[in-house]
Amino acid sequence: MTTATASRYAAEYPTIAPTLPGQSLPWLTALRQEALAKFSAQGFPSPREEEWRYTNVSVIEKKLFSPAGSVTAGDIDCEWLKSYQLPDTWSVVLVDGHFSAELSVLDGLPETVLVMSMAEALAKQPDTLESYINQAVNNDEHSFIAFNTAWFTDGLFVHVPAKLVLEKPIQVLHLATQADVLTATRTVIVAGDMADIKVIETFAGLDVAYLSAAVTEVSVGANADVTLYKMQCESEKAYHFGGIYVKQAKDARFTHHNFAFGGLLARCDILSNLDQASECNLNGLYLGVKRQHIDNHTRINHLKPHGISRELYKGVLDDRARGVFQGRVIVAEDAQKTDSQMNNRNLLLSDDAEADTKPQLEIYADDVKCGHGVTVGQLDEKSIFYLQSRCIDEETARNMLTFAFANEMVDKIKIKSLHDKVLEQVLVRFPQEGVEKSWL
Amino acid sequence: MLSIKNLTVNVNDKQILKGINLEIKPGEIHAIMGPNGSGKSTLSHILSGKAGYTVTGGSVTYQGKNLLEMPPEIRAREGVFLAFQYPVEIPGVSNIYLLKAALNSIRKYHGQPEVDAMDFLTLVKDKVRLLEMDEKFLYRAVNEGFSGGEKKRNEILQMAILEPKLCILDETDSGLDIDALKVVAEGVNSLRAVDRSFVMVTHYQRLLDYIKPDFVHVLAHGQIVKSGGAELALELEEKGYSWLEDSKAAA
Repeated sequence: MTTATASRYAAEYPTIAPTLPGQSLPWLTALRQEALAKFSAQGFPSPREEEWRYTNVSVIEKKLFSPAGSVTAGDIDCEWLKSYQLPDTWSVVLVDGHFSAELSVLDGLPETVLVMSMAEALAKQPDTLESYINQAVNNDEHSFIAFNTAWFTDGLFVHVPAKLVLEKPIQVLHLATQADVLTATRTVIVAGDMADIKVIETFAGLDVAYLSAAVTEVSVGANADVTLYKMQCESEKAYHFGGIYVKQAKDARFTHHNFAFGGLLARCDILSNLDQASECNLNGLYLGVKRQHIDNHTRINHLKPHGISRELYKGVLDDRARGVFQGRVIVAEDAQKTDSQMNNRNLLLSDDAEADTKPQLEIYADDVKCGHGVTVGQLDEKSIFYLQSRCIDEETARNMLTFAFANEMVDKIKIKSLHDKVLEQVLVRFPQEGVEKSWL
Repeated sequence: MLSIKNLTVNVNDKQILKGINLEIKPGEIHAIMGPNGSGKSTLSHILSGKAGYTVTGGSVTYQGKNLLEMPPEIRAREGVFLAFQYPVEIPGVSNIYLLKAALNSIRKYHGQPEVDAMDFLTLVKDKVRLLEMDEKFLYRAVNEGFSGGEKKRNEILQMAILEPKLCILDETDSGLDIDALKVVAEGVNSLRAVDRSFVMVTHYQRLLDYIKPDFVHVLAHGQIVKSGGAELALELEEKGYSWLEDSKAAA
């Protein structure tokens, strides 16, 4: 990748910088400057980098995406908003990278729980933010992180105190409404010791090209339980780069459900660092049609003994779509008795669809139980014949089996409204016609 | 009901069935016995329409129609049912949904309206009791995580609900303990009717203790080498298959 594009972004930066939140904070200004320098030197990631070898992002260099100024709620189509906003949640809406108080619904949130825009948090709680921003990840990870650090316009800060079990999930709805807009957001989620929260990140946009670069940092306290859902339904023309970076304390549990459906080019990175006896579950489903390129990277770092990790990613790819899965599990020398299992299953529905999958186990401890499995293939002919012998015609049998394959991941969602919404999205985007809900 | 005439079948250019002749009349139970590799399973697969076999000669006529021309789902809708030796697990598709979808496609095929939801549930629950199954099996994914015995019961449950005309049981007794075998046999016996025929493919005689066949055929090296009544099965139990294979070889 050339740095010519980076230079164009860097040239624009001085005019954008004064509009970014946290200008008065020396630590943040320094962080942003460091990030800008890194990004200017490197540009966007290149396929020559091992972590990006299957995903060429040069297509985003055709345009210069710029952050939006503040957005007014009146410009948002209510029906469209409602189609993504979940009932029975506290809902935070970010439009083109800016928090909208008007569209957000936070009534009845317990007083001890903080849910506020990143801009507000940087103004009101700068010291707290200093100890969380760029802690679970840093600018060296890859240049999109540096890019996000330098450019983020807003985002969200969630802080749940120790021992608090939040009764409803928090939904963070990222909406993009303008062509060529850059939505760069930073979200920080902090769960105190023994806290229990569920957060749903939803990404959607109007039918235009835009660049979404979102970074979420999660801190899971000792014995806390955090479940994070990501429903990525960006527009068919959009570019999405999202990263979730997690630090798990002792005995902490983190579960992630990643539904990657949208975007022309979409990449999601998930990284979790596990302490002693912490548990990490990563579930993913990607559906690719037409010429979509959907890339998911996960990295699980077992740093201390007795950690458990479970990972299952499934992909259904049709037309000329390409799915990428790179999963790394790293077991440090100190992480004895680690128990880890990683699986990636891909279903190719057309001859032109492609799946690239690369599971990696790096084990430096000697007393561990780790495994991985990968499949790329077509539907099982035995299953098709079985259904045919039960009166089901071949085409319907194929649809049923494909849908059932994907639905296993949808069924893991424990929040009813989200389950139904994701299922609706699967049915809308499903490559095959004639798929029925009643099969479930 | 079913007329097989001089049927020859190849798998990968190797002849597996070498001229099978079999006449099955409505209401009859035929047992096809034979040693491993004799072509028993091939015969049941050919009748149900599984891909991977090439018919090189002969004919199979079912209720006056050329069975071999029909795709598997049409055979099933016409009333041919194969109870699998190894029922397939279908994660993500619930048992009860498959039953309903199958029943409705049969009804649609015969120009009948879809089954009423309440009537369907009553029918299913009756049959579940008949096969001494737990109702919760209905709501689980098809065969997923079922034990060997549960899978075989599930096959018979499907058969009981779909009410086929020609039931082909492929090694239904394999992997069943004696209690499960009795339940499965009772299920089959309850389905005996003047207009329903059975083909039971089996290696052992023990299933025939519970389901009494009208005819027993011995298949060896792709041909029926001997046919007789139920007593032939007992003779086979005593003497094994080798005397028949040998006599054939000598002839």
